[in-house]
Amino acid sequence: MKGLALDAALARLLIIVLMVLTLLPFLSMFSAALAPSGSYPPGLAWPENPQWVNFAKAFEVAEMDQLLLSSLLIVVGTVPLSVLFATMAGYGLAKFDKGRGRWFYLVFVLGLTLPFEAVITPLYYEIKALGLLNTRFAIILPLIGLYMPFGVYWMRTHFVNTPKELSEAAQIDGASEWKQFWLVHVPLARPAIMSLAILQFLWTWNQFLLPVVLVQDPLQRTMAGALGAFQGQWGTDIPLLCAGALLILAPTIAIFLIFQRQFVAALLQGAVKG
Amino acid sequence: MAGATAPARSHGGIGRRASIAALLFAAPAFVMYAAFVLVPLGMSVFYSLQRWDGIGKMRFVGLNNYLIVLTDADLLQVIGNAFLLALWFTLIPVVLGLAVAAAIREHLGGPFGTATRTILFLPQVIPLVAAGIAWSWMFANTGLVNQALRGLGLEALARGWLGDFTFALPAVGIIGAWVLLGLCTMLLVTGITKIDPSLYEAARLDGAGAWDEFIYITLPGLRQELGVCVTVTVIAALASFDIVYIATGGGPGIQTTVPGLEIYRLAFAHRQVGLASALAIFLMVLVLVCVLPIQWLTRVRR
Repeated sequence: MKGLALDAALARLLIIVLMVLTLLPFLSMFSAALAPSGSYPPGLAWPENPQWVNFAKAFEVAEMDQLLLSSLLIVVGTVPLSVLFATMAGYGLAKFDKGRGRWFYLVFVLGLTLPFEAVITPLYYEIKALGLLNTRFAIILPLIGLYMPFGVYWMRTHFVNTPKELSEAAQIDGASEWKQFWLVHVPLARPAIMSLAILQFLWTWNQFLLPVVLVQDPLQRTMAGALGAFQGQWGTDIPLLCAGALLILAPTIAIFLIFQRQFVAALLQGAVKG
Repeated sequence: MAGATAPARSHGGIGRRASIAALLFAAPAFVMYAAFVLVPLGMSVFYSLQRWDGIGKMRFVGLNNYLIVLTDADLLQVIGNAFLLALWFTLIPVVLGLAVAAAIREHLGGPFGTATRTILFLPQVIPLVAAGIAWSWMFANTGLVNQALRGLGLEALARGWLGDFTFALPAVGIIGAWVLLGLCTMLLVTGITKIDPSLYEAARLDGAGAWDEFIYITLPGLRQELGVCVTVTVIAALASFDIVYIATGGGPGIQTTVPGLEIYRLAFAHRQVGLASALAIFLMVLVLVCVLPIQWLTRVRR
């Protein structure tokens, strides 16, 4: 048993080292953010005269309030519809597994490993033809489509494993397909739907390629897309850049810390299923 | 597949009605998928056969663009960079994750476990762009990496890492490894708790050492989780864009340029839409060719 205790101590030490390595870049950014604007601070050191005003300044130049609103609008436009469509399709394709349903499912699954870069060029011309360039719809609509392979796969896996008796009982009570779906299956699928929504919230909030290509104005982008523009503008002023980056990170990290358990569960499951 | 348990009552009308119901439920999803994935994918294939600057007339050139992708020295280096990155993105998180998992072999319970999960997952939650910015600062001339080297008296090793011809690609690789480390570690730690402890007891009775246990019990027991880790990290490397765009912009030279960045540049800066599309299709096939064997090899037969 002594060996096991030693193992456990060693493992803890290893984990603590990994945690420190994970946190160092954040700490380093934080200490740099407090150095005088325009200076070249050392990598990690508490500044003599912490410039908390850098955060206020970055808030203003990045127009953080507008960025938050923009990201929220994009998330609200993308995630609910995407989750609803994926849930419906997952249900339909799980319940009616035979024949055309099966073939249909394979078409969706084909897109599971598709890198977004593979379709970004034609998406640009398509969105341009639709007259949607430089609007938030240029991000929302393609994302709903691009999320479908994973969403459909995720929800179908869930519905395939729900007992058939549930539907049969509802059917005997005279419920239509649509009612069975809404009144019996959707409430039962709530955990799976929540996880999917969490993952898609993260992916949308952090989406970079689509905003950079399809939307010029940083204020109409996601947080991540705007951060790219902010870097382009303030890349040489390290304290201000670090302050801005931390501010832009703050909402995600806050939400993550509040819903830590759900996020971790969703991320782990998402990796296994994806 | 588990869905096969449905009662076989598909004779005549019911089967067709069920099939139509499935189509109706899937219709909204399919419309969006078709409009913003299938159609663009088709267009990508179409563009890849043309010479086009995005504005003027297209000229059909057959497979010429693919020939360029497969023979142009720069493009081959760009594709090679993606594979080198895949090594960094995969090896570090998987090896460290395995070390933690093998050493701990029990659930991370209590407050320590919660703290571990929360902290190790932070890089998964923030945008990759932010990881790029944080690490550009870590690797900068006055950044933490050089500060640490100077502190250790290794002044001679200090440099602007991301601008260095030799070290830029490994530096980008370390950023990716940092991002993926937590996910891989937690997946492997979770996986190892599912291995039957009696296997280890039996092995110990047979006189197996720690190394034998690792090789004969832990590794095979983690096959599925390893498959997931390698799949996720390889895709992250081959399809990388955000980190590279922010940290190095592909430089110095094309030392850190990856296919994703090159597609973006060819299509929107150099206006070579045909060549960009050929590279895009090639990248898609490349990801499939790398991921399918990993999936197949590590599948657990149920």
